[in-house]
Amino acid sequence: MPLYRSHILVCTGTTCVLKGCTAVQSALIAEIKRRGLENEVKVVETGCLGISEKGPVMIVYPEGVTYCQLKVSDIPEIVEEHLLKGRTVSRLVYTGPVTGEVKPAHPGRQKEQRIVLKNIGIIDPTSIEEYIAYGGYEVLGKALTQMTPEQVVAEVKTSQLRGRGGAAFPTGIKWELTAQAKGDNKSVICNADEGEPGNFKDRLILEGDPHCVVEAMIIAGYAVGAKTGYLYIRGEYHQSVAHTEKAIADAKAMGLLGKDIFGSGFDYDIKVFKGAGAYVCGEETALIESLEGRRGESMVKPPFPPTQGLWGQPTVINNVETLANIPHIILNGGEWYAGIGTEKSKGTKIFSPCGDVFYPGVYEVPFGITMREVIYELAGGTKSGKPFKAVLVGGPSGACVGAESMDKTFAYEDLAPGAGALIVMDEDKCIVDTVNNCLKFFVHESCGQCIPCREGTKRMYEMTKSWTEGQGEEADLALMQALTSNLALTSRCGLGQVAGTAFATSYKLFPDEYLSHVVGAECPTGKCTMTNGGGKNNG
Amino acid sequence: MSAHQCGCEGQVKQAQADEAEKYVKLAQIIDEYKGQRGVLIQALHKAQGVFGWLPEEVQIKVADGLDIPLAEVHGVATFYSFFHIIPRGEHTIRVCLGTACYVRGGKQVLEQFEKELKTKVRGTTEDRTFSLEINRCVGACGLAPVVTVGADIYRRVKLDKVPEIIAKYTGGK
Repeated sequence: MPLYRSHILVCTGTTCVLKGCTAVQSALIAEIKRRGLENEVKVVETGCLGISEKGPVMIVYPEGVTYCQLKVSDIPEIVEEHLLKGRTVSRLVYTGPVTGEVKPAHPGRQKEQRIVLKNIGIIDPTSIEEYIAYGGYEVLGKALTQMTPEQVVAEVKTSQLRGRGGAAFPTGIKWELTAQAKGDNKSVICNADEGEPGNFKDRLILEGDPHCVVEAMIIAGYAVGAKTGYLYIRGEYHQSVAHTEKAIADAKAMGLLGKDIFGSGFDYDIKVFKGAGAYVCGEETALIESLEGRRGESMVKPPFPPTQGLWGQPTVINNVETLANIPHIILNGGEWYAGIGTEKSKGTKIFSPCGDVFYPGVYEVPFGITMREVIYELAGGTKSGKPFKAVLVGGPSGACVGAESMDKTFAYEDLAPGAGALIVMDEDKCIVDTVNNCLKFFVHESCGQCIPCREGTKRMYEMTKSWTEGQGEEADLALMQALTSNLALTSRCGLGQVAGTAFATSYKLFPDEYLSHVVGAECPTGKCTMTNGGGKNNG
Repeated sequence: MSAHQCGCEGQVKQAQADEAEKYVKLAQIIDEYKGQRGVLIQALHKAQGVFGWLPEEVQIKVADGLDIPLAEVHGVATFYSFFHIIPRGEHTIRVCLGTACYVRGGKQVLEQFEKELKTKVRGTTEDRTFSLEINRCVGACGLAPVVTVGADIYRRVKLDKVPEIIAKYTGGK
């Protein structure tokens, strides 16, 4: 391996590409060549650094200096000053250099505690050597050679880790059930079908640290006695697919996947499966149907996947973020992990505030942080500076929460974070209009097999749509509430069960806004175009 | 080959040759997946990569080749939003209407595209240059509203950027 005196990590995550990092990267490579530094400085592409609001971003190591908002015209100066003369170009530096850690993009980032995102922006995600140099696959060796599968499961149970995809099922118990179930062809599935609007944390992990997920999937396979792992990735996530496929190929080439891993006698393989654009496939039984090559229609539970999953065999399905915690838990011990967070919610959670916030992005913080801290300190408050109105916690399937909950803490015993999306709305946004959009999403994504969901989402959407057009009837509100609870009780899977949540929770918070749409045919924010001219009651 | 051909004949021949070549590629894809279970979706991904959409003839060939009932192949092709059973424009413009993009004005951007392209959403322009679609979240919510054209992604799209984006793919036509 050639030795370089400097490494430059250029973020080429989807979001930075939008900001023009490709041109910056080409200019950088050209300038380095022109200066004859190509044997001394290595340019590395990395996944999203989580500070994409300041892109294009690059980090120069070993100094650990972050340059942001780069233009092609800045490159000659950086190459000459920094790489040639060793002087930092201070006008482009975001904050002072801190070697070995991602710079806080803004002061709020100091609240972060990065466990899952530890390597993001530090290592080259396409280099297995770098992952190993940062301690990667060491834990796998420990698990496979020094621990029994039962001990691995016990460690995960001790950590009290719960599923990060939104349902929060205890991971250790899931693993234990699968390990104890009978079957000669068990599977591990990593659910990377991150389709809930507002969520983009799994993409960041897969783009920026794919080996971490691969390593976790091998450990999971060992713990439950599986032979194959499947990474089900959304079809939309091109770079995630590319990075994980490379990670798997590299791990195979090094003997970390395949036959007799670490001489332990454990055989295991991982396959990448590209989804084809169906939100419902994030639901575990629908995902299994899809993996088996069929329409992604959810199944009645029980049986649950740990006893009867893929091809009728015991199967563990975990979210990307859940799995990405595993190597750290095995390395530091379940006790260590259980020491982070609150009494009932252990460890960290990744949040992705977006919508009307100043610093949209991905932040990893311990459980127990208040909503105020996440929205005002991490995400910088509202973008417009106007008062905060409400937030959809977890996305369209989550609860609508208002300013009165600002001091609640994110924890399963207080405010459940869902998968971590926080779609923030300022006072200019119309709640009815937003809920209408959520329902349109569910109508589009309902798989159509069970009637409550197929028909219910459609009727609910028709109603909210009529409200945004000033065509509502007062009786609609009661009907809408009845539909919400009917769907929650009778839908086959989570999609229909939660379709009315955003309506029900926001109706409690903003009854007047609904009434003014439905009865008064008026939109207080002026967002909705009332086709009858508005002001029904005013003649 | 006969001596003289007019340009038009040449084009037709070329188109036929291209089409034949696509079916050769399809046969290779089917061979790759034959006899394995759970491969239909991956096979359709690749087939659509070759044809740009999934014509009936292709669905029949996949069904025969993989020994899956045609009804099931068609069922899968129509279930997933990535698969298309009607011809597509050369470029697919997708405007994200996921909740985060929606609250940042995605709907207005979509309407602007409809106006500029003179086609409704899920339609294709007359010259088959563009198909207009919506996205339900691309996971770049921090940069909302997001528009994708093929593999290209445009962030924080404002209404006045719409003609610019279109022009990039029409060469100013």
